[in-house]
Amino acid sequence: MSDALLRIKNLKTWLGNGEAPVCAVDGIDLEIHKGETFVLLGESGCGKSMTALSIMRLLPPAGRIVAGSIFLGETSLLDLPENAMRRERGGRMGMIFQEPMTSLNPVLTVGTQIAEAVLIHDPGQGRDPRGRVIELLKAVGIPDPEQRYREYPHQLSGGMKQRVMIAIALAGRPELLIADEPTTALDVTIQAQVLALMKELQQKTGMAVLLITHDLGVVAEVADRVAVMYAGQIVEVAPCEAFFRAPKHPYSRKLFQSIPGREKRARRLAVIRGTVPPLDREFDGCRFADRCDAVMDICRRQVPGWTPLAGGQGVRCFLEGGAGPDSTGSPPEAAAEKTGGRQGGHPPLLEVENLKVHFPIHKGVFRRVVGHVRAVDGVSLGISAGRTLAVVGESGCGKTTVGKAILQLPRPTAGSVRFEGDELTRLSGEALRRRRSDFQIIFQDPMASMNPRMLVGDIVEEGMLAQGIGADARQRRARVGELLEQVGLPAGAAGRYPHEFSGGQRQRICVARALAVQPKLIICDEPTSALDVSVQAQILNLLQELQQAYGLSYLFITHDISVVAYLAHEVAVMYLGRVVERGTVTEVLEHPLHPYTQALLSAVPVAEPGGRRQVIRLEGDMPSPSNPPAGCHFHPRCPQAMDKCQKAYPEAVRLSETRTVSCVLLDQDS
Amino acid sequence: MPDLVILWTDFFIFLLIALVLSFGFFAAGKEHLRAPWRRVARSRIGMGALVILGAYVLIGVLDSVHYHPTLPEAERSGSAMHSNEVLSLLDYLVTPLRERQEKTYSAPLATHLYTKENIELPDGRMVRDFPRLIHGGAHLQDPERDWAADVAKTIATAVVEALVVWLLIAGGLTGWLGRRSGHTFTEQRRRIMSGATEVPWSVMLTVLGVLLLAAFVAGNLGVKYHLFGTDKVGEDVFYQALKSIRTGLVIGTLTTLVMLPAAIMMGVMAGYFRGWVDDVIQYLYTTLNSIPGVLLIAAAILLLHVYMNKHADEFSSLVERADLRLLFLCIILGVTSWTGLCRLLRGEALKLRELDYVQAAQAFGVRNFKIIGRHIIPNVLHIVMISVVLDFSGLVLAEAVLSYVNIGVDPTMDSWGNMINSARLEMAREPVVWWSLAAALVFMFTLVLAANLFSDVVRDAFDPRLRSGG
Repeated sequence: MSDALLRIKNLKTWLGNGEAPVCAVDGIDLEIHKGETFVLLGESGCGKSMTALSIMRLLPPAGRIVAGSIFLGETSLLDLPENAMRRERGGRMGMIFQEPMTSLNPVLTVGTQIAEAVLIHDPGQGRDPRGRVIELLKAVGIPDPEQRYREYPHQLSGGMKQRVMIAIALAGRPELLIADEPTTALDVTIQAQVLALMKELQQKTGMAVLLITHDLGVVAEVADRVAVMYAGQIVEVAPCEAFFRAPKHPYSRKLFQSIPGREKRARRLAVIRGTVPPLDREFDGCRFADRCDAVMDICRRQVPGWTPLAGGQGVRCFLEGGAGPDSTGSPPEAAAEKTGGRQGGHPPLLEVENLKVHFPIHKGVFRRVVGHVRAVDGVSLGISAGRTLAVVGESGCGKTTVGKAILQLPRPTAGSVRFEGDELTRLSGEALRRRRSDFQIIFQDPMASMNPRMLVGDIVEEGMLAQGIGADARQRRARVGELLEQVGLPAGAAGRYPHEFSGGQRQRICVARALAVQPKLIICDEPTSALDVSVQAQILNLLQELQQAYGLSYLFITHDISVVAYLAHEVAVMYLGRVVERGTVTEVLEHPLHPYTQALLSAVPVAEPGGRRQVIRLEGDMPSPSNPPAGCHFHPRCPQAMDKCQKAYPEAVRLSETRTVSCVLLDQDS
Repeated sequence: MPDLVILWTDFFIFLLIALVLSFGFFAAGKEHLRAPWRRVARSRIGMGALVILGAYVLIGVLDSVHYHPTLPEAERSGSAMHSNEVLSLLDYLVTPLRERQEKTYSAPLATHLYTKENIELPDGRMVRDFPRLIHGGAHLQDPERDWAADVAKTIATAVVEALVVWLLIAGGLTGWLGRRSGHTFTEQRRRIMSGATEVPWSVMLTVLGVLLLAAFVAGNLGVKYHLFGTDKVGEDVFYQALKSIRTGLVIGTLTTLVMLPAAIMMGVMAGYFRGWVDDVIQYLYTTLNSIPGVLLIAAAILLLHVYMNKHADEFSSLVERADLRLLFLCIILGVTSWTGLCRLLRGEALKLRELDYVQAAQAFGVRNFKIIGRHIIPNVLHIVMISVVLDFSGLVLAEAVLSYVNIGVDPTMDSWGNMINSARLEMAREPVVWWSLAAALVFMFTLVLAANLFSDVVRDAFDPRLRSGG
């Protein structure tokens, strides 16, 4: 292969100098050709970011490259002196990072920051880089570039900032663009925009892209070739098509199986047992052996070598891509009773009507209220016992606030929340405190949701103490042990601190804590979005089991459509503080009626390259909830907007027992 | 049997020691509290500074045990007559320093006064010359001839003595550590010397060696001469500097003790409850903050002064008067300095109250003050710890400044500020009297430097942001 742009041979990067350095990258080889998109796929901690930083030679102080070579074209990057390397960075190689919010300097204008990169790497522009900067801004699809040139980063939205970052990376006309999770911090509709932009730029300029991601959907969307990383090594390389058709490594196969989805409903998701082994030791055998279902004797005795396969594929496994003993992973289990509609029988457990949460904006010396952030602006929902309602929406649409307002954590500004017939908004003080055992919450970030200074046992016990459950300390202790075992942790975990557990285990502790007070409703606020796919599967399985065992109801707040498809019975789609569409999961996901739902669903990357749908591209970003657009909130971005949309917010149209949509399009039809 | 006297500040000092000890026992059982201290214990600079601080604290504590000494004549008759004078254990230990007063200024290690006087010679003639000191170098026959040799000999004996004591301590420590870790004596010695131990004993022993050397040299010379000279009324400056240690430590620690409860409660409540509670507390501290601190302190001290003059009979001794003034200074310094910490804690509590685990506790219906006690305060303690150790050196220096402008401690009380204050006039003299200032500076500088180094280490160990970086 003579057209290889980037060649990495046996790269090893270690972190730390102590007796046991962590081998974050442990001997990887890869080649990236001109003009291709190469995706490095892996879960957190597998060393994919370290690989990117090694290529740029931007390792943290504790990291060092101990072996290997990196060639960009004919240049050996590891042998360059630092000042020559500085020309390569941002010159022939550009890099964009995950967090666009922190990658830009807040006190300099966008134009200045791009101009800086232009002046360094494109001296041909002479003294005045303005022309080139505006050209770059245009190239990354920023409307009104002359205006934006003078603006500061805080005036731009997240998607816009990421575009600016791309513009800076493009300033040196790079041959290779390294993108480290460029869309992870962005919403799906914005993610679709950015991915499309990168694809387009690549076609125009012919640069190669090294994209790092953990999202199989993103891989399917953009990749030409894929490399799967596990525990510091590349375990499989394949062309995108072949990878999705037939992943060869057991780890890759497991990853596919653990993605939740519609067709897997009522089945347990495949999980990868155990955790990634610590990388501070030597390995005698395959790193995946302890978690692999197809493990053989040889896997533990000998380190598997690299096995090239036909069609440019390659795998680091003794099975050599032959059919392993395991292919489906999980036994199809439990009856599919969940899909059955069962609306009329039970009175709803929770009914929310016209819920509003407004946060006042204060200004001036006397802190006068000058306006309101309408985080939630008239939301109506209902959940019956034993069912799951998913609330879907992009960040900032108010879905988390809805969850918390139901718990009366911020007291709602208006509207009613009826729980088993009791009006929670009117309960106060002691009465509300006593009802609190009925509804609980599980948070997104399992790290932040536990006091780091308390023992796990005390954390789980806290709710019981507050609610007066359990007669004495011994009984409570016994119950804590039971709960921990129920969520799949040893009872001995009670005597340890939260930081000793992995992310998935911590989330289990949070589930145990919520269960401790025997709630009827649990509000799950994105409980899996901070977790890796394989761990997410474990938590989703656990939640399913608990629902079946105790008849729990879930209000599941998420932005991940595949989780919704897997878990939910009903769905409510939110946009800017209001529910735009509500219905059963089949109705909403199969036949979305609201233009926003349609766009949202089409923007979700699907983990199969053949199944690429026509993406409905939404322009711009979600407006601020302090100043929502007049009329239908969605009309400035709606591809089907009409004059009528600007006048008044459309009434909710009731299409069936379960279904309501707020859009004028349907009003006309009926 | 001497009659024990517990002054107000003594009471608070022992209370503080009790608090620190009980917190130590409490923290020993909690991993998250023990871990940062273990990091402190592994730091070379931190442990070196700690040895020096320890020496200061030891002197300070010795100086805080007060009593009325038994009168010598009463002792003889067997009755328990006590003198009105209040002495401390330190005074007793350094009696030679305390009692050997000269007439006026004398230079460090001098044998003659610093000023010429009329001396009557044995043959009746009057000469104007520098008279011999009553105590300093009184044992020398011919100071001109013997002085240098005597000083050198004293230093040499001191060095030998220090070395012997150091070897005893080092040997004992090595043996004890070796027994605990199961090493032989020589093995343990090699481990300590090569720095292989977890706690940097080698550094601590080195610092201790230097300290012992300084102490023995100072002690041996101080008995025979006036190590740092004498001041205007002939008092030993070295003794004054030693006595000032307690004043400095009291100001540095008691002030914190006074302000801490208020600062923590107010700051956390303002941040946690927000709304009108926040408004009231914010109003309070912005108001306090906008009054110049010096003005407030001057007014308070003046008030106290008036009170004490009116109720002179309530104070049985000068020491008690001075002590009350010191306590009052601590309180007023505390009142003016709690706002910084309070503001810091308010910000932190604002952040913490939005965290998921606080919200989870609210979702369980846990009561607000329980949430504050269980979730908020333990999570701001590191900030308190950091600001306390950082404030300490600032307060010691503040005392010096306040005493300099005469609104600090009582003029009769020994303090570095008072020493510097009197040095103001001495510096204008011709020839210059520099030793008061120098002694105060050396003692204060050593303490503040050690405290600053130590607080840096503590901050590094407790600050989670710094830790994740390294």
